[in-house]
Amino acid sequence: MRRVRTTCLLAALWLGAMVLPGHGARADAFADLASPQLGAVTAAISTLAASPDPQAEAALQALGERSLFAAPDGSVYIRHGESYVEARTGQPPATVPEGLKPIRLNNRIRTALAGVQAGRDLLAPQPATRLRAADALYARHDPAMLPVVEHALAVEKDAAVRTRLTEVRAATILGQPPAPDALASRLEAVRTLGAVGGAQARGILAGVAGSDAEAPALRREAQAAVSRIDWHLRAWGVAQNAFYGLSYGSVLLLAATGLAITFGVMGVINMAHGEMMMIGAYVTWMVQQAIRATVPALEPVAILVAIPVAFVVCGALGIVIERGLIRFLYGRPLETLLATWGLSLILQQAVRSIFGPTNIAVQTPGWLSGSVAVGGMDITLNRLAILVFAGLVLGGLMLVLRRTPLGLQMRAVTQNRRMAALMGIRTPRVDALAFGLGAGLAGLAGVAVSQIDNVSPNLGQSYIIDSFMVVVFGGVGNLWGTLAAALALGMGGKVLEPTIGAVSAKIAILVLVILYIQRHPRGMFPVRGRGVES
Amino acid sequence: MPVTLPHLSRRAFGRLALASSAAAVGGMWRAAPARAAAPTGEPIRVGILHSLSGTMAISETTLKDAMLMLIAEQNRKGGLLGRPLEAVVVDPASNWPLFAEKARQLLSVDKASAVFGCWTSVSRKSVLPVFEELNGILFYPVQYEGQECSRNIFYTGAAPNQQAIPAVDYLLSEDGGGAKRFALVGTDYVYPRTTNQILVNYLKAKGIAEADIMVNYTPFGQSDWQTIVSQIKAFGSAGRKTAVVSTINGDANVPFYKELGNQGISATDIPVMAFSVGEEELAGMDTAPLVGQLAAWNYFESIDTPANTAFIRQWHEFTKNPKRTTNDPMEAHYIGFNMWVQAVTKAGTTDHDRVIDAMIGIRQPNLTGGVAEMLPDHHLTKPVYIGEIQDDGQFSVVWKTPALVPGQAWSPWVPETKNLIGDWSKPIACGNYNTATKTCLGHRHA
Repeated sequence: MRRVRTTCLLAALWLGAMVLPGHGARADAFADLASPQLGAVTAAISTLAASPDPQAEAALQALGERSLFAAPDGSVYIRHGESYVEARTGQPPATVPEGLKPIRLNNRIRTALAGVQAGRDLLAPQPATRLRAADALYARHDPAMLPVVEHALAVEKDAAVRTRLTEVRAATILGQPPAPDALASRLEAVRTLGAVGGAQARGILAGVAGSDAEAPALRREAQAAVSRIDWHLRAWGVAQNAFYGLSYGSVLLLAATGLAITFGVMGVINMAHGEMMMIGAYVTWMVQQAIRATVPALEPVAILVAIPVAFVVCGALGIVIERGLIRFLYGRPLETLLATWGLSLILQQAVRSIFGPTNIAVQTPGWLSGSVAVGGMDITLNRLAILVFAGLVLGGLMLVLRRTPLGLQMRAVTQNRRMAALMGIRTPRVDALAFGLGAGLAGLAGVAVSQIDNVSPNLGQSYIIDSFMVVVFGGVGNLWGTLAAALALGMGGKVLEPTIGAVSAKIAILVLVILYIQRHPRGMFPVRGRGVES
Repeated sequence: MPVTLPHLSRRAFGRLALASSAAAVGGMWRAAPARAAAPTGEPIRVGILHSLSGTMAISETTLKDAMLMLIAEQNRKGGLLGRPLEAVVVDPASNWPLFAEKARQLLSVDKASAVFGCWTSVSRKSVLPVFEELNGILFYPVQYEGQECSRNIFYTGAAPNQQAIPAVDYLLSEDGGGAKRFALVGTDYVYPRTTNQILVNYLKAKGIAEADIMVNYTPFGQSDWQTIVSQIKAFGSAGRKTAVVSTINGDANVPFYKELGNQGISATDIPVMAFSVGEEELAGMDTAPLVGQLAAWNYFESIDTPANTAFIRQWHEFTKNPKRTTNDPMEAHYIGFNMWVQAVTKAGTTDHDRVIDAMIGIRQPNLTGGVAEMLPDHHLTKPVYIGEIQDDGQFSVVWKTPALVPGQAWSPWVPETKNLIGDWSKPIACGNYNTATKTCLGHRHA
């Protein structure tokens, strides 16, 4: 195989030697865009970027949008809808040649184009665009861009952009090979980057500190800056990890609150709890599809519409399940377990038959994508939204349980069913509503999970074990216990994960929970009272 | 064999169709109404051992459908040896021990002449003893970790040297970004662990330092990727070009890519090369933030050849769904099934031993313009393509190996197996032959 490759390489070199002089003589950058050698393409991109020809910019833009085509004879065309124009002239050709192929675009080309775009955007009229361009150039710190950055800095008026450009210049300067006469500017660059901080600056400074070619004074300065940045990164790392733990805990909490009602309050071992989440996620998808088909303008808020719909659909389904199945099995935990497990398989296969076994794409609206930087950490918006949502759901549930007649009746039935019945509470109705509430909460969890996980018929299975673990660990029948357990398991997992890995962290958490349950069989916050014993 | 005129013409037509590559598939489809009478006689049974329920149903159901399509088409062409083919579909339900039971049922009760099935390596390992005991034939269509060479299995997916090694070569090359640091991220089971062992040795041989390689494993179905993605981000900010090689399995890919997008890592910053993400997996994702992320396969739906176009059209007509995607393991079944048809035709019988011997050396045009050949180690010659994800959920090919790559059962990059080859042709006829000591280490490598 290797010999074949060597032969091919030699052949390519030979062909290149035959062809290149011709290309060089014509210096045709437009034709080079279609070259099979990516090196030639990137060179052509630089040439065209520097050219004042307006057609050059159009050609580069078309390349980035994959609407640049090459004919077999090497001429290049831009596609506008159904028609083509010649890239070089911008005029429609006399005849569109046969066999036009789109010019390939890969990451190397994309990177080169992004550099050109950023260089051009540095002189854009909007300060926001200039700032974005400066950010992009900072991330690339391409030494070749130094003249462009210097020029932009000379004409820049906006203070924020100036500051950023100074940092970009520092990063770019340090990307160049060390030269004796550049010591002063390099030293200043090291100081600038040391003040900026962050992982990117650390990478550049560590390179300077570790290079034998640099002056000793510069290396010492860089080393000191690296140590300072490391300290900051560690501190922010702790905060970042705490957020990951909170976020993971909030997902566990959402998944477990429904179960905290059905299992915790009613004592029903509901193995189909995960499937209620799965159905909640599918409802989200259906709501999105319906809104896209009817009022596309509302698509970004489809997820908000899905919240009540999922609650109602899953809640109604829960009531049907309770009336049709669970109520015949009260007081027979083993049979309940088997029946609900069977139900979970039926629901999974039903969804698989209706929607197909493959994942479905639940869209994440723009306002839930991306992240915001808070100091040295990144807060991803979808995770933040789920954290807030989990808090609202838990708060709402607390209100229902403590401030509504239904909540009062539920608590009464839980504590002493017979006495509650004697007081005139229709216990079957309360059971059905409570189970419906639990199922509805699972549906809400499904809406949230559809934003971070994939939505397939298997969705529920990955959450059922964790949900039971949270409820049992927290103490059956206690919502505060569920909250504490979810956060403890989330935090614990995320504290262990960076050091011992995701697999071992999962095992370690499970072992710790088992050990704890051994000593405290009723969880962290056991419910005390006369009625519970029976 | 009764020689009748319709029989002859049917055979001749079949051979013609198999021998010619490109337009043949489309031609057969259109020619179907004009075919001779339906084949008669005792049906030849073909087992389909793919999970139709449970976690793997997401991937395997498609392969069951693809097999049904191929079998129906073969019957339209007059069956095999003048007899009709009959598909026997069983559901091993993503349950590894059940795979072995169902395999036993297919071989001893249904008397399947060949079985097409399995996806995960653990399911293949589970059925392997059954196929060896009952001397069955299994066609395994998925890219896998290698280090296995059974006489009873034909590996029509890629071995590591037909996917992982060329993919890393691309990342190392200037066109692929010239990566200097590698994060190998995978799900914790046999395929990622073996592949990463091979890759670590290969990268070290290419001059990548130990400190520049990060290996990370996650449990099945991992959905919280926050910590790992931020670790990759930190690993990639050391000032040198970093790439991720992902052997993350199945469903866990969606939350992984979502997290990458949300933490603002684009393909131009840190490209991710995936070995288990195909058109099917992308169908459940919004691919706009993933543009430029990479995958290495031996087939992409987007490859524009007449054979592939015809295959896709046939698939859409068969499934009555113009949006169903095709993927690499489907092509592997296409090649494997047609090779088996050729081998049975050549042997003139479905007798397992004679078909196994007839398989070696069979050549079958693949869907992307090359010719797959069954090698003595029961692996295929395959082209390797690197595709970049586009915003329409398809891959655009940015690189391919200059020639077809022959599959290697045993990796030269693992010290214990570097002298081993598989060769089931005579006189060696051994799945793990040591070329240094010139001995066969036995039926199966421990």
